[in-house]
Amino acid sequence: MNVLTDNFSTYGEGFLGTVELTVYSSVLALVLGFVMASFRVAPVGSIRVFGTAWVTVLRNTPLTLLFFAVLLGLPRFGLVLPFQVFAILALGCYTSAFICEALRSGINTVPTGQGEAARSLGMTFGQTLGLVVLPQAFRSVIPPVGSTLIALAKNSAIAGAFSVTELLGTYKTLSELGYNIVWTFVWIAVGYLIITLAISALFNVLERKWGIAR
Amino acid sequence: MAVDPLIELRDVNKYYGELHVLQDINLTVGKGEVVVVIGPSGSGKSTLCRTVNRLETIQSGTILLDGRPLPEEGKALAKLRADVGMVFQSFNLFAHKTVLQNVSLAQTKVRRRKRDDADKRSLELLDRVGLASQAPKYPAQLSGGQQQRVAIARALAMEPKALLFDEPTSALDPEMINEVLEVMRQLARDGMTMVVVTHEMGFARSAAHRVVFMADGRVVEDRTPEEFFTNPRSDRAKDFLSKILKH
Repeated sequence: MNVLTDNFSTYGEGFLGTVELTVYSSVLALVLGFVMASFRVAPVGSIRVFGTAWVTVLRNTPLTLLFFAVLLGLPRFGLVLPFQVFAILALGCYTSAFICEALRSGINTVPTGQGEAARSLGMTFGQTLGLVVLPQAFRSVIPPVGSTLIALAKNSAIAGAFSVTELLGTYKTLSELGYNIVWTFVWIAVGYLIITLAISALFNVLERKWGIAR
Repeated sequence: MAVDPLIELRDVNKYYGELHVLQDINLTVGKGEVVVVIGPSGSGKSTLCRTVNRLETIQSGTILLDGRPLPEEGKALAKLRADVGMVFQSFNLFAHKTVLQNVSLAQTKVRRRKRDDADKRSLELLDRVGLASQAPKYPAQLSGGQQQRVAIARALAMEPKALLFDEPTSALDPEMINEVLEVMRQLARDGMTMVVVTHEMGFARSAAHRVVFMADGRVVEDRTPEEFFTNPRSDRAKDFLSKILKH
């Protein structure tokens, strides 16, 4: 029981590490997911192909493998960055594929007539998407995007295996110090719960605010 | 009429896979002219209407607007579409915007008008279609007829050179059809160039300068309403008219 109180700073560091990974990767995933979803519905064929390839490759690669590819592969091409940045890249890109598909399913719930009306008024592709289609799609994608970000928070544990400071990795330090393994993990689990429940709460608020069907 | 052509279709062909939906269409619509397109369902009349602002692409032929061919894609096409208004069967008002925002949105984003100027113009147009009092409501709170009149106001807000109507009254309750047709008649009287795909024969008789009868992807007849309704030349048109005018 005193695992937490004795090692509050170790837990705190790990917790903050996971929060950082989650927040930065989420932002990256949302931005990239948004761009890729736009690509996948673009009128230009080659751009659509790029979006589809992005989703297919990233969604079907095991995350651990992707971590290996980024952390060991990119330095070979002369790109050397802190491991935490690499981890954010890997997590963000991986999750963007899922965000993209959630957004795209939202776009598909908007009747085609809405986009046609926007285009018939002379709006460009970007305006049609940004002003008419996505605001309506947004309402229906809040729940799946929330789930995807919760999955991202938990997936960030893999970064621990690549010596990035995060919550799950704290168990190594603590078990070496001889603390009870069960309680060590209970407190780690509580840490993850705090993060994931916070994401849930945030998306509940968003849904209450924007998710109303008119 | 038809001295000063605004919309010209030359040898237009379109296929959906094997289906040849538009076959060698030639059609000219003059400035200020009201052309009503009628025909049985599946005859390609809606498709024809949608090719004019390139919501449907064509496989061969040319479509000219004000003497210039339709651009393929991108900014030039968007610019052209802003000059050709379209009114849809299912209204397609932006569901997440109020009536006023629906009419103002493209004015501010496409025409780059100031918000206040756009709203002022929107209210004028809404007043013209008898709906100024509905401005703060959302489309779902309006009746079908009201929604369609808002859609017409939205198209007019762009000051289009021509208006395309794709079965504007087909999704409406009978008692609401007239309020929409009345707005369209007024537009016709004001000299707007209009292409109207419809099943409203009363409108075709009273407001059209020309009636285009389509069947199986072809223009079968293209004449004045008076000639067409009293003395159709083709058997196809005779058959069609006998079916719809009987009841």
